[in-house]
Amino acid sequence: MITFIPLYAFTRKVPVYESFVEGAKDGFGTAIAIIPHLVGMLVAISVFRASGALDFLMGFIAPALKGIGVPPEVLPLGLLRPLTGTGSLAYTTDLISVHGPDSLIGMIASTIQGSTDTTLYVLTVYFGAVGIRNGRYALKVGLFSDIVGFIAAIAVCLLVFG
Amino acid sequence: MINGIWLGMILIGFVFAAVNGRMDAFTAAVFDGAKSGVTVSFGLISVLVFWMGIMRVAEDAGLLKKIAKVLGPVVSFLFPDVPKGHPAIGYILSNMSANLLGLGNAATPMGIKAMQELQTLNPDKETATPAMCTLLALNTASITLIPATLIAIRLNYGSSDPAAIVGTTLAATAVATLAAIAADRLCRRLALLRRPPGPPAARSGDSTRGNTPLPYSSLKG
Repeated sequence: MITFIPLYAFTRKVPVYESFVEGAKDGFGTAIAIIPHLVGMLVAISVFRASGALDFLMGFIAPALKGIGVPPEVLPLGLLRPLTGTGSLAYTTDLISVHGPDSLIGMIASTIQGSTDTTLYVLTVYFGAVGIRNGRYALKVGLFSDIVGFIAAIAVCLLVFG
Repeated sequence: MINGIWLGMILIGFVFAAVNGRMDAFTAAVFDGAKSGVTVSFGLISVLVFWMGIMRVAEDAGLLKKIAKVLGPVVSFLFPDVPKGHPAIGYILSNMSANLLGLGNAATPMGIKAMQELQTLNPDKETATPAMCTLLALNTASITLIPATLIAIRLNYGSSDPAAIVGTTLAATAVATLAAIAADRLCRRLALLRRPPGPPAARSGDSTRGNTPLPYSSLKG
């Protein structure tokens, strides 16, 4: 793609370099524009995690999951994944190193990490870049699909590897 | 809702820190979070600048319009209120394909570019349009064909079959994407119903583009 696009453009007599620079200018401004949004969001997430509130929340839900045959170790991932991409990746890596990549927990963790995206990050970056303040129902839809993705990932793994 | 979540996380964090005697950690977390916000943004600069440059070349060459023409029907089903042939469609499609291939780095600039194009169609610059919500829904669920990072990590930890998660990931993301599209559609309709009744021209059978008095609705035949 990186070579095809400029080559194609060149055959169409587009001044490729000037065109590239013109578009690239927008990239810088966009990156700067999302700084306040990202700082605000990451501070809230970081505070929530460091205060122990996240651990408390997990301790609350874990026993319920155990009852239906879901390894409770993967639960934090469901809570972390929509909040922080690097945080959940670190957690997944930890689960894989402790339980082994081919264990049921390793499989579930890999699938969850691979399936959903960091909803809050995507929302912050995309809306922040164009200055949207009122996201309407976007967050609800995003979190709903995270829950569905989380459940689907566990169900598929239990079915295939369980 | 985002206001509530943001304030809630900070307040709950504060209360827990106070109860657990972790006020030091709380303060440290504030500055850690702020720092990673800036670091992440700066890390995005290189990717954003490069891909937005490439995308402009593609646009100037007429590539985006071509792609939009071929795959237009899919997009006009998902984004009924974006006029045919609008540049947003090309960016939406490149964002979708980058997500599909698991090119996280390339997907973000294209998604932002698509957002910026959708913003030009937006009558209220501070409120998201239904099309913007749909784009976000597709991005948060994002069907993934090749979860490259995870395969690399599994390989690293000596998995006997690192790619074993490709099938399960594809299945899980497909389900999540369908759920996202369905939920988005439902919210779209509910949002329309909640509005005050529009001009008499908007009949009940026309609910997806009925009584939103958006200027570009006249562009549709």
